[in-house]
Amino acid sequence: MNQDLMRQLADARGVSGQEEEAREVILAAIAGLVEDVRVDALGNVLAHKPGAAGADLPRVLVSAHMDEIGFMLRSIDGDGLLRVYPVGGVDARILPGMRVSVGPAGVPGVFMWKPIHLGREQKTVPLDNLRIDIGASDRAGAAAHVKPGDMITFPSEFTNVGEEAVRGKALDNRAGCALLVELLQGEPLPCDLLVAFTTQEEIGLRGASVVVESLQPDLAIVLESTPAHDLPDLTADADEGIAFNPATRQGAGPVLTVMDSRTIVDPRLLNWLRATAEEQGIPFQLKSSQGGGNDAGAIHVAGSGVPTAAISMPARYVHGPAALLRVSDFDHSLALLRAALNAVSPALLAHEDLSNRHHRE
Amino acid sequence: MFDLNAHLRAMVELHAPSGHEGPLRDYLSGVWGPLADELSTDGLGSLIATKRPTRECEPSLRIMLAAHVDEIGLMVREVVDGFISLHRISGVDNRVLPAQAVIVHGRRPLPGVVAAKPPHMLPMAERQNYEPMDHLLVDVGLEPAEVEALVQPGDLITQDAPMIELQNGRLAGKAMDDRASVAALTVCLQQLQTLQHGHEVCAVATAQEETGLLGARTAAWRVKPDLAIALDVDFAVQPGVEPDNSVELGVGPGLPVGPNFHRRLVERLRDTAKRQEIPLQGGVISGASGTDAWAIQVARAGVPTALLGIPVRNMHSPVETLDPRDIERAGRLLAHFIAEVEGDFLLATDPEGDKS
Repeated sequence: MNQDLMRQLADARGVSGQEEEAREVILAAIAGLVEDVRVDALGNVLAHKPGAAGADLPRVLVSAHMDEIGFMLRSIDGDGLLRVYPVGGVDARILPGMRVSVGPAGVPGVFMWKPIHLGREQKTVPLDNLRIDIGASDRAGAAAHVKPGDMITFPSEFTNVGEEAVRGKALDNRAGCALLVELLQGEPLPCDLLVAFTTQEEIGLRGASVVVESLQPDLAIVLESTPAHDLPDLTADADEGIAFNPATRQGAGPVLTVMDSRTIVDPRLLNWLRATAEEQGIPFQLKSSQGGGNDAGAIHVAGSGVPTAAISMPARYVHGPAALLRVSDFDHSLALLRAALNAVSPALLAHEDLSNRHHRE
Repeated sequence: MFDLNAHLRAMVELHAPSGHEGPLRDYLSGVWGPLADELSTDGLGSLIATKRPTRECEPSLRIMLAAHVDEIGLMVREVVDGFISLHRISGVDNRVLPAQAVIVHGRRPLPGVVAAKPPHMLPMAERQNYEPMDHLLVDVGLEPAEVEALVQPGDLITQDAPMIELQNGRLAGKAMDDRASVAALTVCLQQLQTLQHGHEVCAVATAQEETGLLGARTAAWRVKPDLAIALDVDFAVQPGVEPDNSVELGVGPGLPVGPNFHRRLVERLRDTAKRQEIPLQGGVISGASGTDAWAIQVARAGVPTALLGIPVRNMHSPVETLDPRDIERAGRLLAHFIAEVEGDFLLATDPEGDKS
């Protein structure tokens, strides 16, 4: 993991629909590594990295979304306090007493919280009933600094946690963006790499839904961060030991999606990734869940359909200000991605009729 | 030139939960030492700065000023598979902890996060409530064996919450409760460098207020004050806090009335405020004030006591929010009160006959 790159990506602010700052970091990072760089109508960054040699190379889309969850300023109350809308999946339970940055200038603010001395109600207060205080004493005072529509992010700074882990906001999915940049920094591969840094994933996979039309891939790999759900359950019966959730765990390597709420991963691609990991001795874990989803959900049904797989890094606390990611999970994901792309060949999709690819050329 | 914000920042960014006030005591010894004639500590760890009279006064009183330096905090209960479960030291609010940054004071300081289960995977029923304290875990991102080697039950855990500046000069951070008041004592001691005063002043940074007003009790015993003024934070108006019994930010300290407070003393403080054109707010506390004033009032044979409140929003959260002008006003009020108050003012009128 290139931690300088990861720091720049994680600290950039870019809530869905307002990804400018993240996009600038990405454009600077990939300059010189790729060809045909363009920004499309949705704000996606698209590019092309030609394969090592030969004609008729498989066209492989590798994508990562650049937007992060956050809030949008909804209105300013008469007392100068701010009401907000969520942008993406925000967990209201983590918001009491949370710090935020409001608008393009990053005006500091705090989610207010009634002192515990005056009430201990344990029912979650919905976002609608929470207010942000930027220190203004009335509406006009606040309006001098912020306005409806302003994006609101967590102000946290990227930090190292020992040698093994990093912490920051927006690791979902700047970690995926970092993975993709580091892939592009490597040697050319035996495939044409089609690159998409997508927007608006967190509000419904919007950016990803248009990239297939522009890039025309044969297959796609989505790079993601997925919630690790590996906390010990303190309420478990001590006699039965600590109950771990069977879903993803940190430190256990890249997560290969079998199925989520949006996608059943093409078994050919899943087997290719599994076989590569096993050959290379790279740890991996499989995830099959009824919930969650990522850009694969949009890409695999775009155009006339694109076989799509997802490689995700298990990260804890991903929709909060301080997500935790193991460096080893990042490095193993990159190793698996490189090894798999080095092994890619038209035979991978052999039983599918690839002739429809040729008429485009 | 004294920089109040820098002084406050230095204090709120130190880590000193109840019973572990050492870092604040050390820092304040440096700040208060040059402003006082003598520094001492009592058996529980409160720091007492004594400033002797600089003019004649008959009778000369000993005035105790008290503000607590301890903060709410957490303690390691046990290490479970590399995660850390928690004990609460005094009034920590479980609802403001998830996803917040903390520091685990193990063999070395470890940055950590209070674990929040991803909502994607929680059943709806669980999302509808905050996690109780005994379900919360701190994650320091290290391998379990490393955590076992670095962290032991009883190690302290504090909020990792640097002070930030909001609009209108307002400030937010942890431990404003009650280091805002300690800063007011510093302001008072500074002003007394140039104001002549006929009374002895004992500024006390009290220990263990949050665990039951313990430091104020022992410090009052040591100081033997003729009268005392405690300072603590007071609830400022915000959503959910009734405006009729709270104070506004930036409109001056609160000076409440009630059985915890000596009416004549409250009245005399109000006189000084009026004379010095220092804005004050009122307040009604019908019983226990939950502040050092409550303990000091019944120390030894009883002490006439008053309370000054610094308005603070979001009390006991990592974003306790205040207006530093209220701190400056409280400090200035104390200094002028000490400089001008008559030694016999408490005897001047029967307090029961007074209307306040």
